[in-house]
Amino acid sequence: MTALLELENVRKHFPTGGKSLFGGGVASFVHAVDDVSLTVEPGETLGLVGESGCGKSTLVRLITRLLDVTDGKIWFNRRELSDVPARIFARDADRAHIQMVFQDAGESINPRFTAADAIADPLRRLLGLRGEALRARVEEAALQCGLPLELLGRFPHQLSGGQRARVGIARAIGTRPRLLVLDEPTAALDVSVQVTVLKLLQQLKTDLGLSYIFVSHDLNVVRLLCDRVVVMYLGKIVESGPAQAVFEAPRHPYTRSLVAAVPRLDGVRQDAARLVGDPRSPIDPDPHACRFHGRCPVGVDRCGVEMPALRSAGAGREAACHLVE
Amino acid sequence: MTDVLRVEDLSVAFHTRGGVVRALDRVGFAVEAGQTMALVGESGSGKSVTAYAIMGLLEAAGRITGGRAFLGDTDLVATPAAAMARIRGKRIAMIFQNPRAALNPIRGVGKQIADVLLRHGGATRSNAWDRAIDALRAVGIPDPSRRAKAYPFELSGGMCQRVMIAIAVAARPELLIADEPTTGLDVTTQAVVMDLIGEMARDTGMATILITHDLALAAERAGRIAVMHAGHMVEEADTASLLAGPRHPYTARLIAATPTAAGSLESLQSVPGGLPDLRSASIPHCRYAARCERSVPGCDAVLAMRPVADRHAVACWNPL
Ligand SMILES: Nc1ncnc2c1ncn2[C@@H]1O[C@H](COP(=O)(O)OP(=O)(O)OP(=O)(O)O)[C@@H](O)[C@H]1O
Ligand SMILES: Nc1ncnc2c1ncn2[C@@H]1O[C@H](COP(=O)(O)OP(=O)(O)OP(=O)(O)O)[C@@H](O)[C@H]1O
Ligand code: SF4
Ligand SMILES: [Mg+2]
Ligand SMILES: [Mg+2]
Repeated sequence: MTALLELENVRKHFPTGGKSLFGGGVASFVHAVDDVSLTVEPGETLGLVGESGCGKSTLVRLITRLLDVTDGKIWFNRRELSDVPARIFARDADRAHIQMVFQDAGESINPRFTAADAIADPLRRLLGLRGEALRARVEEAALQCGLPLELLGRFPHQLSGGQRARVGIARAIGTRPRLLVLDEPTAALDVSVQVTVLKLLQQLKTDLGLSYIFVSHDLNVVRLLCDRVVVMYLGKIVESGPAQAVFEAPRHPYTRSLVAAVPRLDGVRQDAARLVGDPRSPIDPDPHACRFHGRCPVGVDRCGVEMPALRSAGAGREAACHLVE
Repeated sequence: MTDVLRVEDLSVAFHTRGGVVRALDRVGFAVEAGQTMALVGESGSGKSVTAYAIMGLLEAAGRITGGRAFLGDTDLVATPAAAMARIRGKRIAMIFQNPRAALNPIRGVGKQIADVLLRHGGATRSNAWDRAIDALRAVGIPDPSRRAKAYPFELSGGMCQRVMIAIAVAARPELLIADEPTTGLDVTTQAVVMDLIGEMARDTGMATILITHDLALAAERAGRIAVMHAGHMVEEADTASLLAGPRHPYTARLIAATPTAAGSLESLQSVPGGLPDLRSASIPHCRYAARCERSVPGCDAVLAMRPVADRHAVACWNPL
C-alpha cells in the first residue's frame, strides 16, 4: 500500500429530521456519499466531477476531516484517520499536510481579516510561525498566487471575487501540504487567472510532489490538469479512469451526457444529448436500483431492480452500469 | 427591437482609505427585449459593479459619479432609493454571484421564495407556499415539497443557485441580471438552468444580462457580447463576429486563455500583466496599454468606443 490517500467504502448519511414514509418510526437520511472507495497516489492529481448535489463537497470534507464518516475507512499516509473525530483532528499534526481550498473561496474568509491575516492564520495556528518568518511566508504564498502585495491590507469586501479566490489558494499552500484538496477553486476566477493558477498547481506538483484532489465542473480544466478522474452520481462513483480516456470515450451513460453538455466556443449545441428530468431524491434512495435509472437514456428493466456494481472496464477504467461490458 | 435597458456613460467610484477607486468609467451598452447580452472580462473588470450600480445596490463606499441607466423611460440612476426598492425584484431581478451569501441563512428556502411572490409576484397567503414549491420544481430541484423546508446550509451550492433563480424569475421581471448564474453548477444542470432562463426570455420578452467569464457559455447563450477591462467597455459585437474576429487585443487574449479547445495546459496563455491600479490619478486613457503588445505612440490619446463594422464597436487605437 503506497497510496497517499485511500478510502474504503466511505459513507456519509445526514439525518433529515423527518420520518420516512413507510419506515414507521425510522428516521430518513440524505445519502450524500455512499460506498465510495478510491486512492490518490503521491504526486497524482485526481479530478472529481458530477452533478450539483452528488456529494463531491461532502466527500472532500470527509477526506479533509471536517466531517466524520458514517461508515468506512480513510487512510492518509498509512495512518487511519477515519477514527480521529473531526474536532480532534483540527489540532492534529497531519492537519497541515491536508489543506483545502473551499468552494466560494472568498466566502470562507473571515470578513474581518485582511488578506494578509487570512493567509497568515493557518501558518500561525498550524506551524506556529511568527514575526518576520510569518510575513515572508505570507508574501511568498501571495506572490505564488499572483496576488499583488498592495492588496494584502484589504478586507474581503474590497476585493473582487477572483482576488478573494486567490487569497483562499494562497492560504492553503502556505503550510506546504502533501495533499491539497481544491473544491472548485477556479469557479470564481476569470480564464486568465485560471490559466495562471492551473499552471501554478502544475508547477507545485512537479516541484513538491504535491497530490491534488480537484473538484470542478469545468471538464476542460479537469481534462488538462488531472491524471485520473472520478465521476460521481447521487453519492456513488459511476465511472473512473485516466482523465483523457474518460472524456474522449465516456463509458457510463451519465458521463456521456455530462461530456455532451460542455459548452463550446463555436456555440454549437448538442440538444439531442440534453439530460432531461430530475435526479432522484438523495433521501433514502432505493438500494436495489441504479441511481441513474429513470433518467438514463439507455436504461433497461434490470436497472430498476438491481444496483450495478463498479466493475473494471479495462485499461485502468471502471464503470457502474449493467450495459458496460 | 426596443431596448429594455440602455446604459449611457455610467461611472462609479469607491471611496477607500487608500484612495478613490474608479471602478467604472463611462460604460455604455443596451439590451433589447428577449435578448441576452453577455458581459465578459477578467476578475475585477467591473462586471458586478455594473450590475450593482444598475440595481441601486452599491455599497456605501460606492457612488455613481455620472451617467444614466434607462429601464424603459425610467432613469434608474435618478430614481430615489425607496422607488428603486419597488423596482428591484419586480421589474429587474438579479441572480447573485454568491448564492449562499445572498440567501437568508436562518429562513427556509421555500419561505424565502414565498416572500418574493407575496411582495412582487401577486401571490396570496394561501397560495404562496404552493407557488414556491412550483418554482423549485421549475428549476429542477428534486423532491421540491420536502426541500422547500430546507435551510440554505442543507443544500449544495448548485441547489442554492437554483433557488436563487427560482426567486429571481418568480415575479416575471423585464430585466434579469445574472451574475455568474451557473458558477458552481455542473454542465448538465447549467444547460437546464440556462434553458430555463432562455425560455423565460422567449415567453415574456425578458432581457438578460449574462455576466460570465466563460466565453464558451457566452458563445452558446448570448446574442451579443460586451467585453470589459478595468472598468472600461473595450469591445461589443454580435457573438459570432466577436469570436471569429476579435478586434481588441484584449478580447483576442481572452479567447486564447479559454481552455475549451486547448490540447494541453502549456498551450493556454494567460493575459500578460495585471489590471492597473484604479486608485491612480493618472490612469491612461487606454487602461490596457501597459499590457498590450500592439500599443503604438497614438494610444495615449483620449479613447472611446467607435464602430469598426456593422454592430461591432471597439475602443482601441490599433485594433486587430
Ligand atoms: N449538513 C447537511 N445536512 C443535510 N444534508 C446535507 C448537508 N450537507 C450536504 N447535504 C446534502 O448532501 C448532498 C450532497 O451535497 P454536496 O454539497 O456534497 O454536493 P456537491 O456535489 O458538492 O454539489 P455542488 O456541485 O452543487 O457543490 C446534497 O443532497 C445536500 O443537500
Ligand atoms: N467596496 C469596494 N471598495 C473598493 N473597491 C471595490 C469595492 N468593490 C469593488 N471594488 C473594485 O472594483 C473593481 C471591479 O470589481 P467587480 O466586483 O465589479 O469585478 P468583477 O468584474 O465582477 O470581477 P469578478 O469576475 O471577480 O467577479 C475591482 O477593482 C474591485 O477591487
Ligand atoms: S489602444 Fe493601443 S494600447 Fe490600447 S488596446 Fe489598442 S493597441 Fe493596445
Ligand atoms: Mg460542492
Ligand atoms: Mg463579479
